[in-house]
Amino acid sequence: MEHASHIFSYKTLGLVLGTLLVLTGVTVGASYIDLGWINVWITLVIASAKASLVLVVFMHMKSAGKGVVVSFLSTVFFLAIMIGFIFWDVAFR
Amino acid sequence: METVASFYETPEPARFTGIRSWLFTLDHKRIGLMYLYAILFWFLLAVLLGGVLRLELMFPGETVLSPQLYNSAFTLHGVIMIFLFIIPALPAVFGNFFLPIHIGAEDVYFPKLNLLSWYLYMAGGAIAVFSLFSDGFADTGWTFYVPFSISTNTNVSTAVFAAFVLGFSSMLTGLNFITTVHKMRDRAMGWLQIPLFTWSLYATAWVQLLATPVVTITLVLVMIERFFNVGLFDPARGGDPILYQHLFWMYSHPAVYIMILPGMGVISEIIPVFARKSIFGYKALVGSSLAIAIAGSLVWAHHMYTSGMSDTAVFVFSLLTFVVAIPSAIKVFSWVATLYKGAIQMTPPLFFSLCFIYLFSVGGLTGLVLGAAGANIHVHDTHFVVAHFHFTMFGGTGFAFFAALHYWWPKMFGRMYDFKKAYIAAILVTGGFMFHYVPMFILGLQGMPRRYYDYLPQYATGNFFAGFGALFMIFGIGLMVANLLASLGRQRDAGPDPWGGVTLEWTIPSPPPVHNFVRPPEIMAYPYDFSGVTDRSAQSPKGE
Repeated sequence: MEHASHIFSYKTLGLVLGTLLVLTGVTVGASYIDLGWINVWITLVIASAKASLVLVVFMHMKSAGKGVVVSFLSTVFFLAIMIGFIFWDVAFR
Repeated sequence: METVASFYETPEPARFTGIRSWLFTLDHKRIGLMYLYAILFWFLLAVLLGGVLRLELMFPGETVLSPQLYNSAFTLHGVIMIFLFIIPALPAVFGNFFLPIHIGAEDVYFPKLNLLSWYLYMAGGAIAVFSLFSDGFADTGWTFYVPFSISTNTNVSTAVFAAFVLGFSSMLTGLNFITTVHKMRDRAMGWLQIPLFTWSLYATAWVQLLATPVVTITLVLVMIERFFNVGLFDPARGGDPILYQHLFWMYSHPAVYIMILPGMGVISEIIPVFARKSIFGYKALVGSSLAIAIAGSLVWAHHMYTSGMSDTAVFVFSLLTFVVAIPSAIKVFSWVATLYKGAIQMTPPLFFSLCFIYLFSVGGLTGLVLGAAGANIHVHDTHFVVAHFHFTMFGGTGFAFFAALHYWWPKMFGRMYDFKKAYIAAILVTGGFMFHYVPMFILGLQGMPRRYYDYLPQYATGNFFAGFGALFMIFGIGLMVANLLASLGRQRDAGPDPWGGVTLEWTIPSPPPVHNFVRPPEIMAYPYDFSGVTDRSAQSPKGE
């Protein structure tokens, strides 16, 4: 089958699902510890890791064409700028 | 040109006939027309609502609307105009109809998704109407600002859900257009051979795809806060109301460019055709579309100077706002330079385009007054803002919509309209527009706040003139629509190329056949080469 090499095993999918749930738990747990401005970065890093796992495994980004990958990276870059620009406000209030 | 059956006579899929041939159609042209009918309905409804609002303000004191009804009426006016008219008007109607033709394609890449977008659009509209009859329409203004939108007893949740559904329609249309331009473009058509309207749609589609999810999820968060009392935005529950404004404007300011970029694309199509001259600065216009899409997405917080955000943010966003003025100015300079020494032929589409350039320029320049943080503090949330955004949105996108209607009407329906009535309507709309909105600039500078159903006695004269202008404008819009509809009773007399255009839609019959092209399209090395047109004997469009 042409796309056979792109399909992940149930074991891999299950592992990723488990990882996502664990990371969600870590996010909730981190919110109970007051680390000041570091809290935001912890949350962002975890969210980015989760989004990357979903895209690479569940949405098959790993096997996507160059155009799709470039488009995706552009959106990530753009989103990072938008989130970053909020800190012109939040970090200087 | 050979006679072929138009898409009206050949449904796609062919098994459907009658009303089902429209409701289940996969033809991008029929879907574009279904958007046109729906959008015109919403537009006229919102125009009438706006008229009632101005009638209330025309004389001091309570006249035709109670304060509560006034709040709901301006919210409904804003929601309809923004989400159901201005955002989808040009991409959904003319983008659907002409984007595939402009790039030599038979249809969009995802025809079924295209039809789904239309149904989502209709569902969003239906939900907005439904909310009218259950607990009253939201009274928050179209921005749904927290914490008021969380505490008010009116039906904010349904109105917000309507906007949520409409957001999906917009995203799917954007996704379809991006994919179509990449995958369906004629092999002979390079990136710098794409017509400027399609370029503008392509740039817009990226903004639709990237920015819309932000507002859709933000509106979901408002619903979560209303239903489950989660403290996201309400300061009384530990939330951050300024964060809501960031997230809202992160979409809603780029949405301004979703609205205006296709309008700029329309003007870039019309000006060279009636100047009989190649567009000045094609590459600069393409680059400025992309620059506006990118830079315009990074200036959202200039709506928030008085919100309490940090001074650093005020400085940064004010600076960035001025950067966006540069690509916008490039477009205006290019249009004017195209007209310079052109063989100008006045027609209704060109007339509307010239009005667009003037009105949009005023809107853009007054935007700089608002973009400058110091000046903004004085006129924030006054009628100055109302006048400014109506100059850009109505004077800009609205007039571009009118220009597009008059430019592509003969292609879509195969019929020419009466020029004289079109000119009279255009003059009434433009004259009424000036009477309507110029007094608002003055009222705003004098300190009259927006969104108030009553005012102090010193604002009475300006409000009377504004109401007077609104009546002219509404009459002009009615005449314009009636004139276009009256043309449908005529024979299909427009011919394939009534204006002497050179882009691909003018090489096919009017109305187009179901698969657009009778023979393989010939892609020109440069999309605005008028040498062939000027060599032909002078063409005089019918309708005069």
